[in-house]
Amino acid sequence: MQPSLFFLQHYWWFLVSLLGALLVFMLFVQGGQSLLYTLGRSGPRLECLLRMLGRKWELTFTTLVTFGGAFFAAFPLFYSTSFGGAYWVWMAILFSFVVQAVSYEYIQRHGNLLGRGGFKAFLFANGVLAPVLLGATVSTFFHGAEFVVNRDNLTSATPPISTWASPLHGLEAVGNPWNVALGIAILLLARALACLYFLNNIPAGTGGESGDLRADARRHLIRSAAGFLACFLPWTIRLLTMPGLGGGEGGAALAEMPFHYLHNFLNPAWLGALLLAGVALVLCGFLVGIFARNSTKGIWFAGPGTVLTVLSLLLCAGWNGTAYYPSLADPQSSLTLANSSSSAYTLTTMSVASLFIPVVLAYVAWVWRTLDRR
Amino acid sequence: MEIPDSLVDWSRAQFALTAIYHWLFVPLTLGLGVIMALMETIHVKTGDAKWRRTARFWQRVFGINFAIGVASGIILEFEFGTNWSNYSWFVGDIFGAPLAIEGIFAFFMEATFVALMFFGWDKVGRKTHLASTWLVAAGATLSALWILVANAWMQHPVGMRFNPDAVRNEMADFGALALSPVAINKFLHTVASAWVLGAVVVLGISAWYLLKKRETVFAIDSMKVAAVVGLAGTLATLQTGDGSACLVASTQPMKLAAMEGLREGGRGAGLTAIGILRTEAKPGGSEPWFSWEITFPKMLSLLATRRLDGFVPGVRDILNGGHENVRGVRELSAEEKIRRGKLAIAALAEYRKARAGKDEAGAIAAKVRLEENFPYFGYGYFNSPGELVPNVPLVFYAFRLMVALGLWFLLLFPMALFLAREGRVAETRWFLRLAVVSIPLAYLASQAGWIVAEAGRQPWAIQDMLPLRAAVSNIETGSVQVTFFLFLALFAVLLAAGLRIMLKQIQAGPASTEDGDGH
Repeated sequence: MQPSLFFLQHYWWFLVSLLGALLVFMLFVQGGQSLLYTLGRSGPRLECLLRMLGRKWELTFTTLVTFGGAFFAAFPLFYSTSFGGAYWVWMAILFSFVVQAVSYEYIQRHGNLLGRGGFKAFLFANGVLAPVLLGATVSTFFHGAEFVVNRDNLTSATPPISTWASPLHGLEAVGNPWNVALGIAILLLARALACLYFLNNIPAGTGGESGDLRADARRHLIRSAAGFLACFLPWTIRLLTMPGLGGGEGGAALAEMPFHYLHNFLNPAWLGALLLAGVALVLCGFLVGIFARNSTKGIWFAGPGTVLTVLSLLLCAGWNGTAYYPSLADPQSSLTLANSSSSAYTLTTMSVASLFIPVVLAYVAWVWRTLDRR
Repeated sequence: MEIPDSLVDWSRAQFALTAIYHWLFVPLTLGLGVIMALMETIHVKTGDAKWRRTARFWQRVFGINFAIGVASGIILEFEFGTNWSNYSWFVGDIFGAPLAIEGIFAFFMEATFVALMFFGWDKVGRKTHLASTWLVAAGATLSALWILVANAWMQHPVGMRFNPDAVRNEMADFGALALSPVAINKFLHTVASAWVLGAVVVLGISAWYLLKKRETVFAIDSMKVAAVVGLAGTLATLQTGDGSACLVASTQPMKLAAMEGLREGGRGAGLTAIGILRTEAKPGGSEPWFSWEITFPKMLSLLATRRLDGFVPGVRDILNGGHENVRGVRELSAEEKIRRGKLAIAALAEYRKARAGKDEAGAIAAKVRLEENFPYFGYGYFNSPGELVPNVPLVFYAFRLMVALGLWFLLLFPMALFLAREGRVAETRWFLRLAVVSIPLAYLASQAGWIVAEAGRQPWAIQDMLPLRAAVSNIETGSVQVTFFLFLALFAVLLAAGLRIMLKQIQAGPASTEDGDGH
């Protein structure tokens, strides 16, 4: 039996959201990089952090590439509209990941032209910029972006169907404080997750004369967790009380609806439960990391909690006929699952390929465990 | 506001810069991946520790190259969206699927097991480690497969239909896309040529050690494996190259005409072995294109059509039309194709207008006109036939450079095998010097191949369907100029850093990989 286009669009939005959620969790690598100048202030400490993060960065990178590829394949209108319009934001994200990709390999090598300091600076830049920019971009899924889509352009002298209405090409998003708030929240979350990861992986007593690394990681965890909650909770409250564009099922005209995202979290109710469970697990992970001095298990709560929280937020952004990429310039240009997806044939073909994802996750988990053996 | 030519040119320049840069690293990843996996296999089979040491050294070289290859690969994925956004919508339904499948099947495999390969020597058993090394090589090759399936589809679009309501092309037959003869040939040709490059690099570096009278056993062992892989790769490259020329003749005749510098074709067309193109030669002019040339009579017809008297169209034939193509259909002139393309675009506009006005009869009539003219849709964005001709000298010389160097490698690898078998390779210094000099030549051949493939299909993003000017993003030229120079600076710094590290690693030699975790 051929699945319906409606089902396929929702299935692929789930997969893209899951990849996005895993990516946010994996940003703990970036969070760790943003701590290189503080936690990694001495030679042995820096070595230890680089060794911990250097075995994981490729997974973050691969998740980003797959997330981008899946978004492109399943919702090509988002890819063409956002990437082609918010040019400077995506380019900044791109540059930050490019310099990261070489840094782990080159920082270890002698005669690497830029010195250890140069590649350390690259890692720090990626560690700060990537979470902030990705977080701010995710926020535009709720708070909107400046674009217009007109398919008739293809038959005109200006064929691109998507145009950006702001000359700042994406940088204007920082004018909305809620976008900035989520960007900072994601950075602080990544730092907190990194601290929990270090607490899980770094042997007691590491750090020597420059102080106990685990104790320092715990101190940073307290600051980052508090900062994250200070940014994320107001952002979430705002989300639950703000209106949203909805009613786009089957290509119908979009309309602004009060408390739309709250409505989405309540319909279906399990989506709201997922958000609550995710936030609870994140908090639990923080509390274990901060107060259970000898416990290394905080990451096992906060990691899955992060995945559940981000997954629920992204599902909320797209399901129920919601405009997951609202246009501030022309609300009817806003992107919904219905008007931006690939065809049923393509989504079905890719769905067959997606059945192998559990196999991929299984061998990733096995390699991860194997490498973490001491 | 029309899309300025400068935007298209700068967007092309940025994409070309990125692709050329990325292609400096990918072939070595593909070729060295197989070579180091073979070396480790010998180690596991024989239990001889010298092969473990050999494999680990080349894995370290692989790692330096791999990092920058990964870094430059993501830029290409992003640039499809940032610089070619209309392309991303117009064919995203088709093009995106191979990219997503690459991510799921290939990229995760490569990225996951590369960590185990580097850090797992002392954490897993020998056979498990060997499996991870082969999975890295397999992942890289699978990654190339899906990227080349996507690229081949742009050169020869199949298995899709146009949806006028969505204003895009949609996939209709995934099998036709994935198993297209153009895709399979392109994959085999590209991977085989990557083996050649990897083998030349191993051969050249090993020769350097022998010239320096260092690491003799290691260098000769490495040379033997490289020469076998290189010879197999060269033979496969020649075989698939021949197939590629034949496919280009039927699917992209303008590219073949540019590759051959063929202004006027005909039956029993000759193959120009070498020649000098006049700089002032124009497709419409009457003066000869070559100031001198050496031609093999009838050979081009034989290579392109498998018949000595087969018809091969030149640039002027393609623009004038009137000849029969390989499917036995009379080709339209370029002017007629442009006219039909404009009819297709106008019919699409009428269709959409009729649909918006709920004029079903008008929509049906417009759709019929659209479907009649759709094979020429992309031509409607041009104004004159001259715009359809790629840069002939660039493609012509690049093709000859690639073929000439391919023939050189066909001599190099058997020589290496012969000298190694005779036990004279370490003393034959002229050969060792040639092997070292061949390293940049392999990169030159590899880049020349991509120039033929990509410059030869200009001005199309997707053959006959979407020209670059309709594929580009609607952004300011100045923005692309800024990012072009930022990329240029970044690439230069990273290349210099990477090369320096690699040279230091080679100078340090295999002894440096004895201890530690191999990374």
